[in-house]
Amino acid sequence: MTAQPLSYYQALPEIRARFDHIYQRPVVLRVEHLSKSFRDQGQTKLALKDINLDIHRREFVCVIGPSGCGKSTFSRIIAGLEPYDQGVALVDGEPIEGPCRNRGMVFQGYTLFPWRTVRENVMFGPEMNGMGSRSAGQLANQWLDLIGLEQYADAYPDQLSGGMKQRVAIARALVNEPRLLLMDEPFGALDPHTRQKMQQHLLDIWKNIDITVIFVTHDMDEAILLADRIVVLKANPGEVVEVIEVPVARPRHPDQMFSPEFQAIKQHIDQLVHGAPVTVDEAIDHLPHIPRMTRVEDEVE
Amino acid sequence: MVKIVRTLSPKQTLCWGIASFILPLLVWCAVSYIPWIWHSQVMISNAGGVVYFEPHTRIERDVFDSEVRRMHKAGLAVPQGTPVNPVYLPAPHEVAKALVTAFTTPPAQPGDPWLHQSLWHSIKLVFWAFIISSLIGVPLAILCGFSPVMSKLVEPFVEFFRYLPAPSFGALAVAILGIYDAPKIAIIVIGTLFQQILIIANTTRKIDFALLEAAYTLGASRWQLLRHVVVPGILPDVYRDQRVLLGWAWTYLIVAELIGTSSGITWFITQQARYQNFDNVYAAILMIGIIGLGSDLCLAWLGKRLFRWDRGAKK
Repeated sequence: MTAQPLSYYQALPEIRARFDHIYQRPVVLRVEHLSKSFRDQGQTKLALKDINLDIHRREFVCVIGPSGCGKSTFSRIIAGLEPYDQGVALVDGEPIEGPCRNRGMVFQGYTLFPWRTVRENVMFGPEMNGMGSRSAGQLANQWLDLIGLEQYADAYPDQLSGGMKQRVAIARALVNEPRLLLMDEPFGALDPHTRQKMQQHLLDIWKNIDITVIFVTHDMDEAILLADRIVVLKANPGEVVEVIEVPVARPRHPDQMFSPEFQAIKQHIDQLVHGAPVTVDEAIDHLPHIPRMTRVEDEVE
Repeated sequence: MVKIVRTLSPKQTLCWGIASFILPLLVWCAVSYIPWIWHSQVMISNAGGVVYFEPHTRIERDVFDSEVRRMHKAGLAVPQGTPVNPVYLPAPHEVAKALVTAFTTPPAQPGDPWLHQSLWHSIKLVFWAFIISSLIGVPLAILCGFSPVMSKLVEPFVEFFRYLPAPSFGALAVAILGIYDAPKIAIIVIGTLFQQILIIANTTRKIDFALLEAAYTLGASRWQLLRHVVVPGILPDVYRDQRVLLGWAWTYLIVAELIGTSSGITWFITQQARYQNFDNVYAAILMIGIIGLGSDLCLAWLGKRLFRWDRGAKK
């Protein structure tokens, strides 16, 4: 973890103070020397190599990197959906051994249960954890109310738009009152307008609910807009290049995208992600020259 | 405009559905009512000078024609008759009539069952066999689909067993279970169960894996996963599989009913064929088709209401 201090951010003492405040909070997730390899066609490939990270209570951390850098694998390991080979991953000091209700997860593909209504989807967690269906229903109603979906409580998932489905998925994860909310490219399938609304909505939820968020994305604007810190990964093997403390003031707003600190940090990440000599998809760097197959006078440019 | 997938309105669907029945019916009518298409035999109305001809019997057309020429040459009375189809192909109106009269005609032997009793007996046989097969097959198949250990423990043997023709167990079933309904039910169960296990196990494996992961992160245990995610998730597909499998059970019925003492609709069919009442034979075969299609339509309608959330069922 090389924490390169950025010049523009040292000039902002209020930002420094905010981070000092964050770091005083207890550590929710501690990851030390975490490694994970896959076997692919007889070869062992290192997906994640020596990841070290402390995430504090109520922090909003984004994980960003090129495709194949293992950012999804990282979130899946923390969720307990995949085993890891080496190192330690502790949630509140307890090692991760499989999925648990203290780590909620929101997937890109919504993963709502299609046979359950919106309310019944939100009730799923409490019911599985032994709550009676009456009190689970009341609890679900409270959360749907909070997230503004109370009028859709009896609708089935296939009657909802993508944004609404993802709101239900968030409510379904939050009703369990997890310590960590893991989000694996949750807004990746949404159109830009809905996406922006959902980002604001998520910030609003995070601000008002005691939750620590780990948000995986490949969208730099999204990461900067949402995060306290951004973990930048590189591919082959998946390693942490830098953990960036985002110097953009809170509360965040899309207008801040045009501010100099936002642009500077974006440029910095862009360099880290794309400036690196190693890319996974080498074919994209050597695109062929297309020979002309039209008539000479048929000019389009 | 060309559409990649053409969706039909309910009215169009109904029209084409009716047409799919009318087309074969038209072919049947043509063969039955238009003399020059087939009518390979002649129904003798007047034997004329031919000694071995008898009125109201059928004779091959070429034999009839040669006898006509022979009588003509000999100066004897020429036989007369009308071209007809063989006795095993009755005309549609005869079968339609038989559909009604078969129910109203008392059985040839006192004590023998009426047609509706035979049919009811067959329906009960299929019903119980399918219930027994499903009670064993569906839970076992879902377990196989859910647990790799169960799958590897059960499926190889089932895969082997399903190639054994169910009727070949007939004699064995009679020896063990007697001559009445039990061996018949056993044959239908053997014919259905092993296919059922493999088909529904495969359906179970098709559940969206992401739903299982989501359920795990929400705190579900493995048993809860099976009970609250896998089973409800695959239910509409299992229901569709069951409809197909019920059709298979019906196809094993005819073989099963020949085992031990012949019974049910098969008994009726073999009896009527023996008396050459082929209109009744067709009527009985049609009855099986009507019952099969009717029950499937009912189940399809019920499925749409049971699984409103399922997109597949809406089509």
